[in-house]
Amino acid sequence: MASKSQYPILLVLLFFCGYAGSANSDDQVAQGKALATDRSKGNCLACHMIEDGVQPGNIGPPLLAMKLRFPERDMLKIQVCDATLRNPNSRMPPFCRHRILSEEEVELIVDYLYTL
Amino acid sequence: MRKAIAAVVLIGTTLLMYQTVFAGAEEDRLAFVKYYKTRFPDIPFAEYANGIYAIDSDARGQWLEIEEFPPYEFAVEQGQEWWEAVFENGKTLADCFPQQLDEIRVSYPRLDERLGEVVTLEMAINQCRTANDQPQLTYGGDEIIDITAFLAYQGRGKELEVRVPENDSRALAAYESGKRFYYSKRGQLNLACADCHVTSVGQLVRADRLSASLGHTTHFPVYRSKLGGMISLHKRFAGCVRDVRAKPFALQSTEFRNLEYFLSYMGNGLKVNGPGARK
Ligand code: HEC
Ligand code: HEC
Repeated sequence: MASKSQYPILLVLLFFCGYAGSANSDDQVAQGKALATDRSKGNCLACHMIEDGVQPGNIGPPLLAMKLRFPERDMLKIQVCDATLRNPNSRMPPFCRHRILSEEEVELIVDYLYTL
Repeated sequence: MRKAIAAVVLIGTTLLMYQTVFAGAEEDRLAFVKYYKTRFPDIPFAEYANGIYAIDSDARGQWLEIEEFPPYEFAVEQGQEWWEAVFENGKTLADCFPQQLDEIRVSYPRLDERLGEVVTLEMAINQCRTANDQPQLTYGGDEIIDITAFLAYQGRGKELEVRVPENDSRALAAYESGKRFYYSKRGQLNLACADCHVTSVGQLVRADRLSASLGHTTHFPVYRSKLGGMISLHKRFAGCVRDVRAKPFALQSTEFRNLEYFLSYMGNGLKVNGPGARK
């Protein structure tokens, strides 16, 4: 499990990004939602049901009650940034590693996810 | 003496390896079939020749309606004309194929012993043209698609019976390369064919329900209403490769021919029912 060993490194990286404590304004949430929906960005609806999103896929679980399922923000960030760290065989694209989303964009998406 | 023993041991283990791997192709197929059987216990094996309509009962009605006035009929008719067209030397395509007309479709893909490569129906048609001093047809162009539509139509009802000959390591290598392709994650989205068509079969990507790969090759070429025209199997491969944001390989590239070989072998025992009609 090489990926497990990368875990702490990523955690540290995310910690030093300095976003962890930033207050999430409505604007950030709106930006996050736009990034999650955009087909060339997150395109999360391809695989997840998200509130009122049209024509959602169901490859992954519905995204709701995120605070309950991911009480730790860093865990949620890791899932969105690179799902293969938790599940090497994940069908969820490694958004950061494959440069689909920047870490800043992931932060905005996570802000949005916590409103679900 | 030592060398001789080493050689015997080497040959012995190589043979052993072949045996286990060849048993492997058939084992792979049985496991493939069993997976879908477990996933959808009520779907009869033969239904998998119908792609997503085997699984998606909502879309099935619409599809059956489309089949009443088949949109690929024109391609089949055109294909027959191309098939019967006489070359300058007085010969026709039929002269290159020793099989009965209805056996040609299921005779491919196969490993060509002389070339040591997988030859598909499209490639065999072009080989025939070369042998008759005719220029090659462009893969993906109307003429070759129409000819394959005609041959698929003639071959309807015949079972796929792709062989990976046990005494040919090149056949095994081609099979293995196709299999590797199928299970490898690729592209910016990091998805393997199997991620969608095995693990997520029956689930939705946006509004599209995912078909099983069992039977993926039986019904090509296919009329796509979305595109308003016929597409080849390799064109469909290229579409899915592009969808995961990877660079697609050329139609009839070694990669796609090996992939076709693997997927066709997985479909052995299913009946050819091409051409097909899809969204
Ligand atoms: C191609 C499919 C796909 C796409 C696109 C995708 N996901 Fe996922 N997602 C999955 C799968 C499959 C899982 C199940 C866990 C795993 O395999 O990683 C998952 C799990 C998750 C989870 C964990 C849910 C839980 O309750 O455990 C979150 C959160 C998540 N995804 C968020 C997102 C966000 C946000 C996006 C877009 C930026 C996204 N996903 C895009 C397939 C996808
Ligand atoms: C992101 C998900 C995804 C991936 C990965 C994917 N496909 Fe597809 N594929 C689809 C969708 C959606 C369709 C259209 C619905 C259907 O028939 O499954 C489709 C259709 C097909 C079809 C046509 C089926 C028919 O009956 O007409 C073939 C053949 C196919 N895919 C092969 C492949 C191969 C080979 C790969 C790997 C190179 C692959 N797919 C990877 C989503 C995917």
